[in-house]
Amino acid sequence: MGSIAAQLFSGLSRDIKSGSSLGSVNVDLQTDATLQVDISDALSERDKVKFTVHTKSTLPNFKQNEFSVVRQHEEFIWLHDSFVENEEYAGYIIPPAPPRPDFDASREKLQKLGEGEGSMTKEEFTKMKQELEAEYLAIFKKTVAMHEVFLCRVAAHPVLRKDMNFHVFLEYNQDLSVRGKNKREKMEDFFKNVVKSADGVLVAGVKDVDDFFEHEKTFLLEYHNRVKDASSKSDRMIRSHKSKSPHCLIISTCLGKFFLKVSELFEKTRKIEARVAADEDLKLADLLKYYLRESQAAKDLLYRRGRALVDYENANKALDKARAKNKDVLQAETSQQVCCQKFEKISESAKQELIDFKTRRVAAFRKNLVELAELELKHAKGNLQLLQSCVGVLKGDT
Amino acid sequence: MKMATSSERSPPPFPEDLEPEPDEVGDQDSDDGEDIFLGTDNPLEIKMDPSLSVSDITSSTKPLSEASSPPVMDLLSEPASEASSAPMVDLLMEPASEGSSAPMVDILSEPASEASSAPMVDLLMEPASEGSSAPMVDLLMEPASEASSAPMMNLLMEPASEASSAPMMNLLMEPASDDLKEPPKPDIDPLADIINDTPLSEGKTPVAAMPQEPPSDLFDDEPSELFAEPRQSNTAKQQQTSIFDEPDEDLFSEPLGEASKKPQNDFFKEALAPVAKASNVCGPLSDNYNEHPTDIFTEEAITTLPSAVSTVSVNSKTNGVHSDEEEPDIFAEATVELSLDSPRNDRKKKEAAKPSASASAPAPSVSASASKPQPKTLEELEEEVEDKFELNISITNPEKVGDGMNAYMAYKVSTQTTLPMFRSKTFTVRRRFSDFLGLYEKLSDKHTLNGYIVPPPPEKSIMGMTKVKVGKEDNSSAEFVERRRAALERYLQRVVFHPSLLQDPDVREFLERDDMPRAHNTQALSGAGFLKMINRATDSLSKMTIKMNESDVWFEEKLQEVEAEDQQLRKLHIMVDSLVGHRKELSVNTGGFAKSVAMLGSSEDNTALSRALSQLAEVEDKMEQLHQEQAASDSFCFAELLADYIRLLGSVRASFDQRMKTWQRWQDAQNMLQKKRETEAKLLWANKPDKLQQAKDDITEWEAKVTQYERDFDRVSATVRKEVLRFEKEKARDFKKQIIKYLESLLQSQQQLIKYWEAFLPEAKAIA
Repeated sequence: MGSIAAQLFSGLSRDIKSGSSLGSVNVDLQTDATLQVDISDALSERDKVKFTVHTKSTLPNFKQNEFSVVRQHEEFIWLHDSFVENEEYAGYIIPPAPPRPDFDASREKLQKLGEGEGSMTKEEFTKMKQELEAEYLAIFKKTVAMHEVFLCRVAAHPVLRKDMNFHVFLEYNQDLSVRGKNKREKMEDFFKNVVKSADGVLVAGVKDVDDFFEHEKTFLLEYHNRVKDASSKSDRMIRSHKSKSPHCLIISTCLGKFFLKVSELFEKTRKIEARVAADEDLKLADLLKYYLRESQAAKDLLYRRGRALVDYENANKALDKARAKNKDVLQAETSQQVCCQKFEKISESAKQELIDFKTRRVAAFRKNLVELAELELKHAKGNLQLLQSCVGVLKGDT
Repeated sequence: MKMATSSERSPPPFPEDLEPEPDEVGDQDSDDGEDIFLGTDNPLEIKMDPSLSVSDITSSTKPLSEASSPPVMDLLSEPASEASSAPMVDLLMEPASEGSSAPMVDILSEPASEASSAPMVDLLMEPASEGSSAPMVDLLMEPASEASSAPMMNLLMEPASEASSAPMMNLLMEPASDDLKEPPKPDIDPLADIINDTPLSEGKTPVAAMPQEPPSDLFDDEPSELFAEPRQSNTAKQQQTSIFDEPDEDLFSEPLGEASKKPQNDFFKEALAPVAKASNVCGPLSDNYNEHPTDIFTEEAITTLPSAVSTVSVNSKTNGVHSDEEEPDIFAEATVELSLDSPRNDRKKKEAAKPSASASAPAPSVSASASKPQPKTLEELEEEVEDKFELNISITNPEKVGDGMNAYMAYKVSTQTTLPMFRSKTFTVRRRFSDFLGLYEKLSDKHTLNGYIVPPPPEKSIMGMTKVKVGKEDNSSAEFVERRRAALERYLQRVVFHPSLLQDPDVREFLERDDMPRAHNTQALSGAGFLKMINRATDSLSKMTIKMNESDVWFEEKLQEVEAEDQQLRKLHIMVDSLVGHRKELSVNTGGFAKSVAMLGSSEDNTALSRALSQLAEVEDKMEQLHQEQAASDSFCFAELLADYIRLLGSVRASFDQRMKTWQRWQDAQNMLQKKRETEAKLLWANKPDKLQQAKDDITEWEAKVTQYERDFDRVSATVRKEVLRFEKEKARDFKKQIIKYLESLLQSQQQLIKYWEAFLPEAKAIA
């Protein structure tokens, strides 16, 4: 089971990576040659996960061609935040930050298993434990992959890859001593978010001058909500799919007392079912989740642009006012100039980014959906064969 | 990329806080089993002793007089006086100890006849009537310890207590307190006590050697059931020895050689003369014969009665010796066979027992032997039926009759048959659910007593029925009706598939009769239901207190097997139920997902992707349907099957219990006989010839009873064994059929799944 999970898992990271690289093909083809980032190793220490980030680069601003550093999740978040906060990158879709490693669910299950220990046989317990271990391993690997995808996206991005913070993140072989946000900062963040979303509603209400952006805006708003919905639903579906598995397991061990053959069958179909669930998880739920975050990032981009547009319009108004009053005209003019520039810049890069986003998305969906269908077919066929042979055997020995 | 492989280098430490050291559930099972049959060592111990003591006695000239009389006196006088202190027993005790015959007979006959209908009566009456020395012995079902000093402790694993002194309930409930009152033999080790007691009792009456016989009896039953034809010749015996390669088979065939001097048919047909001859020709055989067949050959028993008393005691003594060699039961076979054949006859016999009770126990068995030819043919018929079973029963058209809370569902029961016992080839009746329950009540009243496994009907479901009654035509009530219909069909099929139950007039009536009298007492909350509940409670109470010294490994193992299986099935059932629940949940969630994917598709601005997404939504929609169907088939094919078998296992256990009860009755009778013999010895010693005759009569009567009960036990054992084997065969067949059906449903849904995804694949590929 473990090896299966490992296979599935490597499949996942490959898929997402290829999905993103597909998107970045038209941006920069040499990316792979000049800057290659991957996570070569990961260690789980209690509730912390340490990622070993391995970089291969020919870029001149790195001291060496190849080096590795140990990074933690918080440092990834710091890097992401530094991108978001940088005005320079306002016009780009900032690759979404990886989700926090979450092993709580797995631990909780293990806890439950421990509590229910008395009520099941040793055989069942061992199998359940193996299952949970496999699940834990899968979650772990998924976490690693999410972090890796983030770095790859950044490394593939024509602008972000040149970011100083990114380089420090990759190269500085000491602890970056990024501390988690304290309470005050968290409160600030919270307020900022509230203001931002309120502002976002205001800004969204502003009619865009550009049809492309207007269209993108409405699309993204809707799309985001629906992806969110689909993602949560798919999660639910897969969870119930998965929760079936332990029952099948116990059924199979119980059946073992009566019909060896049928018990075997149950065991096998259970494994296949588990793989179906895992594959659905990988191909569907993860895809949707990733695009949930990505569309959020795109929305943020549009928000920034909308903000810039509103600022620009306000500056125009201020300039008109200043001209009318003939007071502070120069100042107003410069601020109007700045706003205009900012808006123009954002619009320009945002357009390209959104087009990229779309191609990336379509490609990723295509790939994942095709693979999903193929895997479903494969598993269903495997199941069918098992069932057929089992029925054959049962009928045969009458 | 590299990550996948490299991260395996250091797999994450898995939280190891919970190391699995689960106690094997199985262990506990076996412990329980051992507890139940802890007594099994005892018979062995006992076995050792009687041969010793008996030989002792035979060497010491006359059996009943000097050697044993002093202890007998002691034992008898003690309990007798103490018994009068116990209020319950008092009434019945006095006549018993007095040895006056008339009341005794009455009392004795009553339990015999009523035992079948009322376990309560059984419990209370039997011990009371037997109670001259130790009423408790019977209640607590102790075979070897009729010594009245330590009957309790063996059962309850407590030091000895003066059983007869304490009131009954006390003894049942608080053994410990009794210990404190007066422990005449405060021996902590029960085994040691048995050993101490048994030689004593053996010395008094050799019949106590009887407990050793069950093993050999059981081997005898088996053949008699297999070769049910009257001609049980040597060839048959040979076969049987080869079939049952038990260690005893040699011993077993040995006496046979002797027996085969005369064809066994003679034993059946000519009552007295050949028997007498036989007893003259071969010693051990005739000895046994005198003992066992008293029932069948009533005349013999009666005629020999007056003169036989002394010889009986001698004979039974030798019997004790021989029983160690496991020979004596060739004749038991004959009797067993007789009674095996027809449970109905047996019932008749029991009913007959009441009026003729005063004419002493053997009377009823005359009717049994008289009706011998009929059961024979019946059995042959049964075998035929089993060979080519031509009876198809289907239940269709569930239909609501009436309105409101008085509404009920009527089902159409159609029968198709070629069996001559039915009036026509096809017929249809309408039955309601309580009729099915009524049928079960009738059948179980009749057949459970004989150790048959009567298939139980589906349970009443007030919830489900109320829903139907209220008249909501929604899915769940339709599902409930269909589920019940199928369950009833399976139930009825099980009933008619049972060769003995098929012969029951009630079954025939149920299938054929147009206007079925309304079944009573099937309401869960009626007075009868309450009575039933009480009976059940007493049953389980006595079950708790009965400690059977299981003499047959087969039964012991089977019972354990059945219990383990029951547990497994229950667990499995729970799991399948929750699997069904999860599948339903999955179905709902898939539906939800399908909807949101459809929404997502509609908002997607890439047309191809949008199309693909809406296709995916469709696929998921169909999957929802599929999961739903699968859940239904899970519960229908699988969960229902399991529920059926959980109920059936209950019946299997009931038949095991029945066997135990019969055994207990036999043991009680033996103890009683023992008492009677003691009384006789006492009288002999006290030189009271006037009462001696009475005592002798008592003994003969009880000997008859013991034989009768032993035969009952053998018969029930044989039936249970046959039934369990049949049940297992049936079970395997049923499970296989259902599982194949279930797997086919799975197969189908997988095929559908493949179809759906195959349709989707090109759509996904078409995304550009």
